[in-house]
Amino acid sequence: MKKTLVYLDYAATTPVDKRVLKKMLPLFSVNFGNASSLHHFGEVAKEAVNNSRKTIADSLGILPEEVVFTSGATESNNLALKGIFKGLSALPKYKNKKLHFIVSAIEHPCVLDSAKNLMADFPNMVEVTFLLPNKEGIVEPKTVTDAIRPNTVLVSLMYVNNEIGTIQPIKEVGQLLLPIKKKRRPTDLPLYFHSDATQAFSYFDCNLDNLGLDLLTFSAHKIYGPKGVGALAVKKGVIIAPVQHGGGHEWKKRSGTLNVSGIVGFGEAVGLAKKERKSNVKKITAQRKYLSQKIEKEIEGAVLNGSPVDRSPNNLNYSFPGIEGESLVLLLSQAGIGVSTGSACSSETLKASHVQLAIGNDHLRAHSSIRFTLGKYLTKKDLDYVAKELKSAVNRLRAISREIKV
Amino acid sequence: MLIKKMALYSKKVMDHFLSPRNMGKIENPDGVGEVGNPVCGDLMKLFIKVKKEKGKEIISEIKFQTLGCGSAIATSSMITELAKGKTLDEALKITRNDVAKSLDGLPPEKMHCSNLAADALGEAIRDYKNKK
Repeated sequence: MKKTLVYLDYAATTPVDKRVLKKMLPLFSVNFGNASSLHHFGEVAKEAVNNSRKTIADSLGILPEEVVFTSGATESNNLALKGIFKGLSALPKYKNKKLHFIVSAIEHPCVLDSAKNLMADFPNMVEVTFLLPNKEGIVEPKTVTDAIRPNTVLVSLMYVNNEIGTIQPIKEVGQLLLPIKKKRRPTDLPLYFHSDATQAFSYFDCNLDNLGLDLLTFSAHKIYGPKGVGALAVKKGVIIAPVQHGGGHEWKKRSGTLNVSGIVGFGEAVGLAKKERKSNVKKITAQRKYLSQKIEKEIEGAVLNGSPVDRSPNNLNYSFPGIEGESLVLLLSQAGIGVSTGSACSSETLKASHVQLAIGNDHLRAHSSIRFTLGKYLTKKDLDYVAKELKSAVNRLRAISREIKV
Repeated sequence: MLIKKMALYSKKVMDHFLSPRNMGKIENPDGVGEVGNPVCGDLMKLFIKVKKEKGKEIISEIKFQTLGCGSAIATSSMITELAKGKTLDEALKITRNDVAKSLDGLPPEKMHCSNLAADALGEAIRDYKNKK
């Protein structure tokens, strides 16, 4: 009997769409050239890259030369923070100036760790403010503007939080930052606004001008494209130095032979994402509502983490009192279901999810949290199966912990 | 941080996790040991009944309750198997390494769970001795 498999971890990664894979295949062994080579083989590869670059640029409302291809969102985020630091600190007119970064406390670890790393490596040159969200998991615009100083060079605020799916007020912050940016004179430090839109691209408009952004990060494998490729959108005029050297690719912003097959896949995935955005939002929002109703009806004590309203169509994050997250993930995995948890037991550092703690949840609530993230291949039958298995697994674990009073 | 990597559990750990032994509570326990802390995320409770046999006090019955990860449940289950029928002195000698070894090993970051199990047993025996 075939084992039932239901994947509910789309925020971790997504399967490559068949159409994306089809477009990628010729680039492996047929049109395999290095996009930087001068000969015909390179030209063919370069054209394929340029087509993808154009598609991606158009989807963001920017120019092709404002798209910098990277190995993924982690690299893009590292480049955004470290590249701006390097670029600005190297200019003579900004010598001896301390550079201030504003980063939300609920960013992905690659943003947080990049900021912490800059602080550790350059304690006399870097200051960082970490902004706390409210209990709903939203960083309020006023929190951002209140933290701005004359030497603030970058505000980095993710568009959709990867753990609890809450939507951050990017457009509002962008609008509030505009007059502040305009007031800065050429002798002052510039102020840039960056957003990690990795979890947002499938569902939300990511036009940089609409949002007031100078930089944007996103990657392919969250939008039904391949792993190993992403982009950093960098508006013309942003002062950014490379983190990776050697060849001067991507307008000297990121050296390294381009991942042609990955980039072609990325472009195709972006095109499909834009085309299918509306219908995916509708379908997946309805599925999320259906699953959440079932969970709340069947599992006593289930409590949602993060705003139920300002929430990405595909994210549910529930805490189930009386159980621990890792054991629930394991039981569900035995039933063929893939989800993830904010529990300390499952992390490499044995620390509870920083997002859960940042929104004011205590450790018990963080430890009992499970993230369900939906995607375009799920059916109602899948969701019914998950609800049934979830109820059974929670009951089983609650029987094991019944006498533990907390 | 959300789960990035699942700890690699041995077959024995998975077995004890999926089919825990001696899970439950004892109505009138002779000793209760409760350990753990919410920050780490694992809480364990051991109930014991002590009988005198051939002049020695032995653990005649032992049950566990746990709010914790796969390792925590597995180590709780294993320690009840190791302790049942032992004298109090023998039981107090059971170490985290005994528990881990009986489970064919635990990932290094999960060894603290086996320590918790040994501690819970120690607490239960201490509780019994105090009550006597």
